[in-house]
Amino acid sequence: MNSFSRGRRLTAAALTALAVATSATACGSGSTGTGTKAADDGTYTIWDPYPQFAKGSAWVKLLDACGAKAGVKIKRTGFDTSDLANKTLLAAQQDNSPDLLIVDNPVVSTLAEAGVLTTTDENKLDTSKVDPNLLAAGQVGGKTYGTPIGANTLALYYNKKVLKEAGVDVASVKDWPSLTAALAKVEKAGKKGITFSAIGTEEGSFQFLPWFWGSGAKLTELDSPAAVSALSLWKGWLDKGYAPNSVLNNTQTTSWQEFATGDYAFAENGTWQLAGAKKAGFDYGVLPVPASGGGNAAAPTGGEFVTVPVQSDTGRYTTTQKLTTCLTSTQNLYDTDTTLSYVAPTTEIQDKQVAADPELKPWVEAVRSAKGRTSDDLGTKYPKISEQMWKAVQSALSGSKSPKDALTAAQSAVK
Amino acid sequence: MSHTTRVPHRRPAPDHSGAAGAAPAAPPPARRRPSSQQWAAWAFLTPVTLYLVLFYAYPLYRNIDLSLRNYTVRSFVQGDAPFTGLQNYRTVFDDPTFAPALLHTVVFTAVCLVFQYAIGLALAVFFNQHFRLSATLRALFLVPWLLPLIVSASTWSWMLNSDSGIVNAVLHAVGVDPVNWLTSPSWSLISVIIANIWIGVPFNLVVLYSGLQSIPAGLYEAAALDGAGPWRRFWSITFPLLRPVSAITLLLGLVYTLKVFDIIWIMTKGGPAESSTTFATWSYQLGFGNLLPAFGPGAAVGNLLVVAALVFGLVYARVQRKQALS
Repeated sequence: MNSFSRGRRLTAAALTALAVATSATACGSGSTGTGTKAADDGTYTIWDPYPQFAKGSAWVKLLDACGAKAGVKIKRTGFDTSDLANKTLLAAQQDNSPDLLIVDNPVVSTLAEAGVLTTTDENKLDTSKVDPNLLAAGQVGGKTYGTPIGANTLALYYNKKVLKEAGVDVASVKDWPSLTAALAKVEKAGKKGITFSAIGTEEGSFQFLPWFWGSGAKLTELDSPAAVSALSLWKGWLDKGYAPNSVLNNTQTTSWQEFATGDYAFAENGTWQLAGAKKAGFDYGVLPVPASGGGNAAAPTGGEFVTVPVQSDTGRYTTTQKLTTCLTSTQNLYDTDTTLSYVAPTTEIQDKQVAADPELKPWVEAVRSAKGRTSDDLGTKYPKISEQMWKAVQSALSGSKSPKDALTAAQSAVK
Repeated sequence: MSHTTRVPHRRPAPDHSGAAGAAPAAPPPARRRPSSQQWAAWAFLTPVTLYLVLFYAYPLYRNIDLSLRNYTVRSFVQGDAPFTGLQNYRTVFDDPTFAPALLHTVVFTAVCLVFQYAIGLALAVFFNQHFRLSATLRALFLVPWLLPLIVSASTWSWMLNSDSGIVNAVLHAVGVDPVNWLTSPSWSLISVIIANIWIGVPFNLVVLYSGLQSIPAGLYEAAALDGAGPWRRFWSITFPLLRPVSAITLLLGLVYTLKVFDIIWIMTKGGPAESSTTFATWSYQLGFGNLLPAFGPGAAVGNLLVVAALVFGLVYARVQRKQALS
């Protein structure tokens, strides 16, 4: 370096300084670029958990159309659904929240607890037409923090051919004993019984809940005898080979792939697989998850909420309200829920959906009797309960604990 | 660059003999126009300093800060989390997951290191013989290293699937009962270890192979003339002369293995029943694996990992210095 001539050295120093300065300004403009706070520049940010929809998809076109109607430009980002809660918390920490956030329903109570979301009193969202059991997932302490954009839930898909070969009449499946008997027949006929997802994440809890609630158990008491009976049912299926051991590692997608092979008689899966079911190339039917003693079990509601995060510039709410009204208008909700393969949140649109596609009928019924995971004012207690629940399911199914011990440990960990 | 940056720091007074005394190894700095040189020195130092502060010091500080406060989702957003000292660390130590996670981390790291090194060394010696196609084969062995982790981990997870995996199909064909590789608490840790060894072997192979190149061939000839067999030649020439390279390979491998997260998370999510949870997956589980994040304890576990890696990093630096001196 000492051999550098003075001129060269100075040039180098100047260049370095320039580089530092430009990179500093680049950082600066970068942070305001992703932000939403650039006064009222007529750009409104929307975050959603639908990364599968690219530019040019019906969903993005709808967002742009609603923006144009309100006279603003829309900047939309699609996130992976498991990332969205943390991204939103971080954004709120930096006062950089999106104007409109579409988020998975069990996350709403967590974000509300964090003070990230406005209530419907503040953001003037109209929730009067929404089914109360769906809206409950977004209610904490008597306040409502958004409105569902659509709902989905779980039911049992069945493969008609496999059941026929095994000599099972699907009408006989009314409760747990008759379902287990059907599985036994299928197993005897050399086919596979049932597949579901018991993975160690929220997905596992979501799939276990219809059985948990169907036994009459309550989330506030994980170790009740009813809860033990639900877990023992799953454990029994695994032990007898009615369900594959791989359920422990199955996501709902991999579980669906197993069912799509055509070897399985039953699969517990959601409304969103309907499109895939038509492609699977075999005759399938759908039946609600039975409760232990007959009747339909309450399944958990899935689906997202439209929420309005808190802004430091409260003047933005007026436009945001126009956007939400547009998004949740009857026709737009109908179109969106058709695209997403969801059941609409209002009776009016549900009837319209069933009229257009009678196959949706069992799903609409399932959604009407479904229950929000964070309902019953569980709110932010739910995530902790759910984590212990999926751990208990994993412990019991993998054989490291008995169902009773696993659930007792889970209950004491929740406290 | 080191001497130019040191001069402005260490000079106690504008006295050049003092500066030379502070850094005796450095040649005396050019006397003409010291100020412009200083400017240049600072200018050259700025980018790296900024980079270090922005991308290393600040995140590290934030992580320590996170682990010392009681963060709830609300206080995380509002930034008014109360300072609770070492409470999060106590929570982590008292957690029933702590002991198994520690054990799994130690077992995972130790077993992976031993096998990666042994297999890597064996392959390096093998490929050092320059037979036909040895270069092609060696390149093929690099594939695990080049594949994105998500691809290799997902592939392992398919192969080890209890019901439809190829491994169990092969076992079945030879009459062995299927093994629940990923879904049995007694096998899950072994499965992720096997996958991680496969991924780590190429690194060991490459570094050790390049180490072998520096051993003069004459030594082997002389040993052969003296009647040393291949086994003797390995233990008396290859292994001792490879020691410096081995030390660094093992230490780097240790730091890499300690923080392995992707493979375990993709293959087992740390389960079932926490049977493959290591500190890395536990930290993620606490911070992001739940709808209600526990940032404080998550950061505390992360910091424990950083400290462990730091300890071995220091060992590494020491070993390197020793080698530089010898």
